[in-house]
Amino acid sequence: MLRFVLRRLSQTLAVLFTVSVIVFAIIRLIPGDPVYTMLGSEYTEQAYRDLRIKLGLDRSLLTQYLLWIGDVFRGDFGYSYIKHETVSSLVGDAFLPTLSLVLASVLVGLVIALPSGIVAAMRQDSVWDYGSMGFAIFMYSMPSFWKGIILIWIFSVYLRWFPAMGYVHPWTDFAEGMWKLVLPAFTLGTFFSGLVARIIRSSLLEVLDQDYIKAARAKGVRRAALVYKHALSNALIPVVTVIGLQFGTLLGGAVLTETVFAIPGMGRLTVTAILDRDYQLVQAAILTGVFSVVAVNLLVDLTYAFLNPKIRVT
Amino acid sequence: MTPGGREPRDAPAREIILDVRDLTVEFRAEDGWLRAVDGVSFAVRQGEIVGLVGESGAGKSLTSEAILGLIRCPPGRITGEVYFRGRDLLALGESALAEIRGKDIAMIFQNPTASLNPVFRIGDQILEAMALHLREPRRTLRGRVVEILTRVGIPSAAARARDYPHQFSGGMAQRVMIGIGMSCVPSLLIADEPTTALDVTIQAQILALIRRLAREMGVAVLLVSHDLGIISQMCHRVLVMYAGRIVEEAPIATIFGSPTHPYTRGLMACLPGLDGRGRLEVIAGTMPGLTAIPPGCRFHPRCPLAEARCAAEEPKLRPAGAGTTHLAACHLVGA
Amino acid sequence: MRTVDAGGLILPSPGPGPEAGMPGAVSVASARAGIGRWWRRFARSRGAVFGLTVFLAMVALAALADVVAPHDPLAQGVGPPLEGPSRAHWAGTDSFGRDILSRIIHGARIALLVGILSVLMSLVVGVTLGLIAGYYGGVLDALVMRVMDGLFAFPVIFLAIATMAIMGFGVTNVIVAVAVGFVPPFARVTRGDVLAVKEEPYIEAARLAGVRNLTIIFRHVLPNVLAPIIVQGALYVSGAILTEAGLSFLGLGPPPPTPVWGSMIAEGRNFIVMAPHVSTIPGIALTLTVVGLNLFGDGLRDTLDPRLRR
Repeated sequence: MLRFVLRRLSQTLAVLFTVSVIVFAIIRLIPGDPVYTMLGSEYTEQAYRDLRIKLGLDRSLLTQYLLWIGDVFRGDFGYSYIKHETVSSLVGDAFLPTLSLVLASVLVGLVIALPSGIVAAMRQDSVWDYGSMGFAIFMYSMPSFWKGIILIWIFSVYLRWFPAMGYVHPWTDFAEGMWKLVLPAFTLGTFFSGLVARIIRSSLLEVLDQDYIKAARAKGVRRAALVYKHALSNALIPVVTVIGLQFGTLLGGAVLTETVFAIPGMGRLTVTAILDRDYQLVQAAILTGVFSVVAVNLLVDLTYAFLNPKIRVT
Repeated sequence: MTPGGREPRDAPAREIILDVRDLTVEFRAEDGWLRAVDGVSFAVRQGEIVGLVGESGAGKSLTSEAILGLIRCPPGRITGEVYFRGRDLLALGESALAEIRGKDIAMIFQNPTASLNPVFRIGDQILEAMALHLREPRRTLRGRVVEILTRVGIPSAAARARDYPHQFSGGMAQRVMIGIGMSCVPSLLIADEPTTALDVTIQAQILALIRRLAREMGVAVLLVSHDLGIISQMCHRVLVMYAGRIVEEAPIATIFGSPTHPYTRGLMACLPGLDGRGRLEVIAGTMPGLTAIPPGCRFHPRCPLAEARCAAEEPKLRPAGAGTTHLAACHLVGA
Repeated sequence: MRTVDAGGLILPSPGPGPEAGMPGAVSVASARAGIGRWWRRFARSRGAVFGLTVFLAMVALAALADVVAPHDPLAQGVGPPLEGPSRAHWAGTDSFGRDILSRIIHGARIALLVGILSVLMSLVVGVTLGLIAGYYGGVLDALVMRVMDGLFAFPVIFLAIATMAIMGFGVTNVIVAVAVGFVPPFARVTRGDVLAVKEEPYIEAARLAGVRNLTIIFRHVLPNVLAPIIVQGALYVSGAILTEAGLSFLGLGPPPPTPVWGSMIAEGRNFIVMAPHVSTIPGIALTLTVVGLNLFGDGLRDTLDPRLRR
């Protein structure tokens, strides 16, 4: 287990390094002069030169990169001249809503996918099977932004059950926060459930075919225990890995969902930052987003290693 | 060839514990049903070791799985009767069967490491077998787990009980399976190719273990195998299966000493003698698949003694000598 | 004849034989028979057939858009604005009075174009990278794969948005933007397969015979890893179409007034109450297309990979 953990950690570091280089490159490649944009109406030749030196843009690329990494480690992400706030506070404010959305979506997704996938596997090739899997395909095929719009139309405008837009921190006001999260979490969550339900089904089917299930049955284990104790404990382990792999897709979906539901999260922040040419903010936003993906993947892999005795022991 | 030491051949007839009558196992195919096991009948008595021998695909494993109701039924269909202690197992519901499985009839399989759940500890898996059927407190049972592991020959039993299946070799895993199987002292142990996946040296140990435990605990064994060597070492009585039917049934000495069915005789002729003389014999042709079963006697296309009658009419099992202990399904045998 | 598998008893079945997985080894005669067999396997799933129908319908629409569409998709005022579906305009009109149905039909052309071209582009780049990394191994492999891992950590939409920011608007740029996101998975899968194929005796034989590395890669390794990759690609087309739709929705796709489903949905958002059809109908078209393509891709995968059961 130790070897596995160390290997994964070193891999993660390598990926983080690569990601930082890619983000750095992306920012440098975006056309336009960042200094010019930042100064805006306050442009003078002197101010331009001063700002360039202040931002370190007169140094070599390598130096700029190292300076930036140094700043990142110290928590200094720069300043947004467009929004007039430090980038760290902007990103910090945006991070939590996205986190709430994603967590809620994963929860909704699992609550739907688990029974769906299990029933489909248990009653393979029946109406239940085709039904759940058909529903799953439908859910991950439907574009999330459109799904959100339709849900708003039906549940907010027509039925008036849920608010259409906006966000409130659940810890500020739990009821209001949760209420506002329902539709967006459902939008993203059903998408997630579509992906996961199929994996659960195929994993469970594969496990049910194994010799140890037959042997357990020969031991006298009853049907319910056979599925829920013997089979699922094996079938769900690879599903954990899949959840990690899909986290990136989920974050991508969050970008669109936040736009539809006007949630002030990372997704919206990134998009507006790019359109505004707010370079420091773009840099930090993308970096934070991708780092989260990498962190989640690492977490998921470690969880997998813990759950799988073949790795955990020896 | 002398079978390994066991009770004398003419021991008094003991109680029949398993009575299989006309067992048939079929599977749904695209156009109709395919019969993998066709009208198999035999009995197992208390304390005896019965061998079910045949080539791959002859239907032996399916027969043994059908007894415990382990075959999925759609696509499968099982008919006939399997009496155990007076009850027809085939007529029982899943719940009643689950009570018998593991407790009165236990089964071990070909691939021992694959038969153990990879995410549970060995000790817990043995414990489960007992907890399901015995009404004793868990603490007592835990103690018994260590006893069982020791009895099947696993060193450092207490420590090993906390290990996972992937930490056990094939031989060790099969010992664990035997331990699980014997944990509730069943009347019958079905062993489906228990040593096929193991090293030859380990094979001997496992077989010895099964034989010893069966004798000590008074457990009958139905040993399914394609290996005549194993059968010869272990069994009191042998059933020879071919293409889904039993073609000969006899005590061990008779099967090896004076087989009557042409197939059995062919099998015996194929066995290399210890003197290493001459070429290896073969039986011409191959066993027919389920879709190509010949009319009349199933073996007749390969039989050197086949007559016209053999292609037309399927022979039934009939006495091949004095008494009813030796039966063969061949037109040229018996009355 | 189907294979009946029960309790370890495998019956002989004249299904696709071992040659099914090795394209290089198939002779012409058996290939022709193989195709008929493959069709029958494919056709067993109604979903797959439905998916194929959708795909073919889309191709037809895309090709014949100019002929089939009742109006010019860019012409404003061909009908009263924001009118619901009627006999004159089957899908209604948008806020500029444009016929939505015509815009949807032309949108199909763009969606398909972007979807297929972007996947093709990323396939070419990704597979090449995977071939090189897998075959040569060593430092080259490590380098390429680290970069791929890094890219892979980005959600596809992030990469697409970043690419659009760098390259600017326009349909070609959208294709490149979407393609970028799919390069890492292609590279990874290819590399994995190459690593396996590399050890095969016929590769060793070719090397010993003095065949140049590049030739080995493209003539011997490539054909044997291509089949599963193409199936993967088919599944990615739907993802590419969704990504492009997302980009357009955010305003980063082909610029207006180009009839793209994503931006049509975005436009309709403002009128969801009084004229829901403006958003709803393009969304239905998009969903239907993606569902169809996904079912088709699944069917393709199930047909070509004998190991995978349902």
